[in-house]
Amino acid sequence: MDFLTLTTESIGTLTLNKLRTGLASLGIVIGIGSVIALISLGQGSQQAIQSQIQSLGSNLLTVQPGAQREGGVQGAAGGRTTLTLDDAKAIAATTQITTIQNVSPEISRRSQVTTGGSNTNTQIIGATPIYAQVHKVSITTGSFITDQHVTAISKVAVIGPQVVTDLFGENADPIGQNIRIGQQTLKVIGVTVSKGGSGFMNQDDMIYVPLSTAQKQLFGINYLNSIALEAKNENVMTDAQNEVGYFLLSRHKISDPVKADFTIMSQEDILNTASAMTGTFTALLSGIAAISLLVGGIGIMNIMLVTVTERTREIGLRKALGAKKRIITMQFLIESIILTFTGGIIGIFVGIFTSYVISKMINSVFLVSVQSILLAFAVSAGIGIIFGWYPAKRASELQPIEALRYE
Amino acid sequence: MITISHITKIYKTETIETTALSNVSFEIKKGEFVAIMGPSGSGKSTLMHILGALDLPTSGEYILDEENVSKLTDDELADIRNRKIGFIFQAYNLLPRTTAIKNVIIPMMYGDVAKEKWQEKAKKYLEMVGLGDRMYHTSNQLSGGQQQRVAIARALVMNPSILLADEPTGNIASVQAEEIMEIFQKLNNEGHTIVMITHEPDIAGHAKRIISIKDGRITDDKKINQKHIVYKHK
Repeated sequence: MDFLTLTTESIGTLTLNKLRTGLASLGIVIGIGSVIALISLGQGSQQAIQSQIQSLGSNLLTVQPGAQREGGVQGAAGGRTTLTLDDAKAIAATTQITTIQNVSPEISRRSQVTTGGSNTNTQIIGATPIYAQVHKVSITTGSFITDQHVTAISKVAVIGPQVVTDLFGENADPIGQNIRIGQQTLKVIGVTVSKGGSGFMNQDDMIYVPLSTAQKQLFGINYLNSIALEAKNENVMTDAQNEVGYFLLSRHKISDPVKADFTIMSQEDILNTASAMTGTFTALLSGIAAISLLVGGIGIMNIMLVTVTERTREIGLRKALGAKKRIITMQFLIESIILTFTGGIIGIFVGIFTSYVISKMINSVFLVSVQSILLAFAVSAGIGIIFGWYPAKRASELQPIEALRYE
Repeated sequence: MITISHITKIYKTETIETTALSNVSFEIKKGEFVAIMGPSGSGKSTLMHILGALDLPTSGEYILDEENVSKLTDDELADIRNRKIGFIFQAYNLLPRTTAIKNVIIPMMYGDVAKEKWQEKAKKYLEMVGLGDRMYHTSNQLSGGQQQRVAIARALVMNPSILLADEPTGNIASVQAEEIMEIFQKLNNEGHTIVMITHEPDIAGHAKRIISIKDGRITDDKKINQKHIVYKHK
């Protein structure tokens, strides 16, 4: 009996019982599809967050008040008052620091913002004109904050496109309109370019006001939440971190670096922190994917076992009519291979399609993880083939009469 | 052609040993039409399975066409079943949802018949059993008698040395049973050796020799006057 005949026979048997074949491949489709979708989504989200952070600029350092640790207790960075505008000015002015080209002192707080009828809760950034350059913020209409605004403590605001939509409606022109933050009324002078992105660090959902206005008029504080420093290039990041660190230590009269009342983080540090966070998320998804794979595998195993056991009588008959063991196991092996490969290929497409749809829905990066395809396919196909072949081999070893009598 | 000598078959389960056949010996010559008779549990099915190389005896020798079947390996037995034995089962054992012609082709797939001849040979034998107009009907579209005739065509297609029939009319209405017996007698007249198991004396009467078996032993072995079928129709 040649290979072609055997393959034709296998295909014939598979098409004979369409429900059985359909169910068996469905198990494989779902097993492979869900794993690919889950892993791709996890990695896509991770990629999305990383690229958002990277889009902030790779030669950026952020100085935040508060030490990394103090007396064994992790201090919350940003929760302290030790960083001032004078620190920022000193960093800009000193000749000791050669690696920094721009210094952007900043205040950042969430606040309720209202107009006549609408209101929203969003991030208020107190900034100087240099902010736009350091953080790569561009303006579509109007202008960004100027030095005059900062000096004059002007009640003006530059708002993100998301804020425009929330307060004035989609595609409205907010220039010249007023918004209220707390007790103060501010005039909108500019709208920033949409950068996309959602949730975490959404740059479209922000309001920029002059630093002096934020400190004196809105929040009544005299310290900064952070100072963003733009290094001259990516290669001097470590030098810049050290220069600024020692400069601020001496300015704050601290001799022991361990007791520093500020923290300097590079984009890479932030990226690492975020990666650790998204890593947990991906690990969770991978865990779910592993469970799906296991459940899918057990499903495949069950249906294959049932399918073959159900056909024990057929195996007995084929043996009675002269089929040798090898021919029987070959036929079942070919059937399993056809079944798992068809199901597997459909599953890959289902998985890719699902992750595409979901990534569009949650505004994440669409990414297909090749490893997940290989892993899911290998595991499911392996299980399918083993559990299609093994019971058939066992049945082929029965005396034909036992197999024929099998109930 | 068939020599059975001192065949014993014992079935073992964990707790009990059942002797299905004990020390059975006989000979069947070419061209014979033998009925093996006995009540249920007499061991006649076991005997038939051993004759059909579907099962091996616990002890004793079975020689078919000068070949010692009780000494063969699994694959050699498969080959013997394919080339030398044509089976007709009580439950027909056709592949479900499969056409008559496909069922008849199966033994040829496992044998050494050239692929180009499969269709032609299958058609020839289906016509011979009177199913020329039902070749492409699937097994569930055929009546019991028709299914059994497909099974006969399947048993004949490899031109075996013996036809082994296990209660061939057990599941069939009596009119159709007569038709099956008619085919058997015709095949026998053409020179086929037939061994048939039955518990119905009426059916056994169509054979030329009856071996009676009870409790795993042969109790009687006699030649009879063959009962010929009175054709009611045709």
